Amino acid sequence: MGHEETVYEALDHAHGGEGQWAFGTGFDEPLAGVDTTVPEGIDPADLGAYCLMLGDDALVLAQRLTEWMTNAPELEEEVAFGNIALDLLGQARLLLARAGSVGVLGRSRERATASIPDEDALAFFRDPGEFRSTALVEAPNGDFGRTMVRLLAAATVRLAVFAQLRESRDPVLAAIAAKGVHELTYHRDHAARWVLRLGDGTEESHRRAQAGVDAVWPLLADLFTPTDVETRLVAAGVAVDPADVRAEVRSVLTRVLDQATLQVPAWPADAPPRGRTGEHGPELTELVATLQGLARQHPAATW
Amino acid sequence: MTAPTRRRDGRLGGIDPRAVAETVTDPELPMLTLADLGVLRDVRTEDGTVVVEITPTYSGCPAMGVMRADLVHALHRAGFADVDVRTVLSPAWSTDWISAAGRRKLAAGGIAPPGKAPVRAAGPVPLSLGPTRRTATCPVCGSEDTEQTSEFGPTACKALLRCRVCGEPFEMIKEI
Repeated sequence: MGHEETVYEALDHAHGGEGQWAFGTGFDEPLAGVDTTVPEGIDPADLGAYCLMLGDDALVLAQRLTEWMTNAPELEEEVAFGNIALDLLGQARLLLARAGSVGVLGRSRERATASIPDEDALAFFRDPGEFRSTALVEAPNGDFGRTMVRLLAAATVRLAVFAQLRESRDPVLAAIAAKGVHELTYHRDHAARWVLRLGDGTEESHRRAQAGVDAVWPLLADLFTPTDVETRLVAAGVAVDPADVRAEVRSVLTRVLDQATLQVPAWPADAPPRGRTGEHGPELTELVATLQGLARQHPAATW
Repeated sequence: MTAPTRRRDGRLGGIDPRAVAETVTDPELPMLTLADLGVLRDVRTEDGTVVVEITPTYSGCPAMGVMRADLVHALHRAGFADVDVRTVLSPAWSTDWISAAGRRKLAAGGIAPPGKAPVRAAGPVPLSLGPTRRTATCPVCGSEDTEQTSEFGPTACKALLRCRVCGEPFEMIKEI
């Protein structure tokens, strides 16, 4: 950049000096210039709904992880949570932008001003009932042990899905997945190494890690049952059938827990999807209120 | 001001838009140009518009907006009125794309360059439970006797290491 200018001046210049919406990053549309044409035979409404599912999981887990900022037991772990959250936020932005590009915006556009880009409108101006995230990422963090067990489970599921999604017939989704696989691999392995340390650590760390496992396991129940949207998109070669990743997820989690000397609880029976169809507990309402409160009160604020 | 004459190949008075784009540096690693970093994928002219293609390093890289603005600004100042900066997502960026010159500049700037990126095959990604081993050369004393102190650093792309010989803590670009 020019030496006589600051970063802010460069951004301001890019926007004709009108200032930036205060809550998102509207100056950087993540899909700017990407060919977002939907391939033939793919229903755009289904594609957008699926992108919301994957995007909301990332957005909600990123928000949970950032709750550790200024609270983590050591600085390095705070930085780790921050970095992982940032990767997930990036994945969320791409996926929500993909949903927006096919016109799936829920009721967000009734509330967001026209200058707010789609991914920001979806993140900040949907009600909790319009989110399509799962209970696994919505549950409160609990202590450090439980947070790591949840991160391990969530990253394992997401990595297994994204690894297959690299072959999606939607080239945008395939590209987002290919990029995400690199990131999710070190998210999962980082969490796995921590679960090993805690499980095979002191009596107290073992006790807490086991309590984390016991608290997280029931949240796996509805992850492997496809919604109607997913079933249709699997047939169209776009989505991954969540039932197809169940064996891999169980195998990875069992390996980590065995090595960590933690007990693998009975796997919960597959349940109908809840979060994916908009059914959420009060945890999500609270999280969304924290995420959106300021933007909803001052929707036109700029800096 | 009189606009310079535009030639059919998009050059203005002999200025190559690619050469202009290649001078733009990374906002967080200012010793590197976007070309050194492998983020600048293409510069071409389409119907009088300079089309620049860039690719994000990480999905959440917060520097993309600044990179885009800096590219537009640099090309505007060089006289190119119509500039379109486009994102390309595929293939995903790899640290293997950092040029040899970029690696030298990183080391000279006190940041250890990355080793070879892991090969990503199709199918399930194998679990790795051992500690991440990184081979780095201390950018201060040149020793290879280093240890990783944190897998995560001040930006998504860096890990933190320490030299066991001279004691210097330093950053390293993670292989991805």
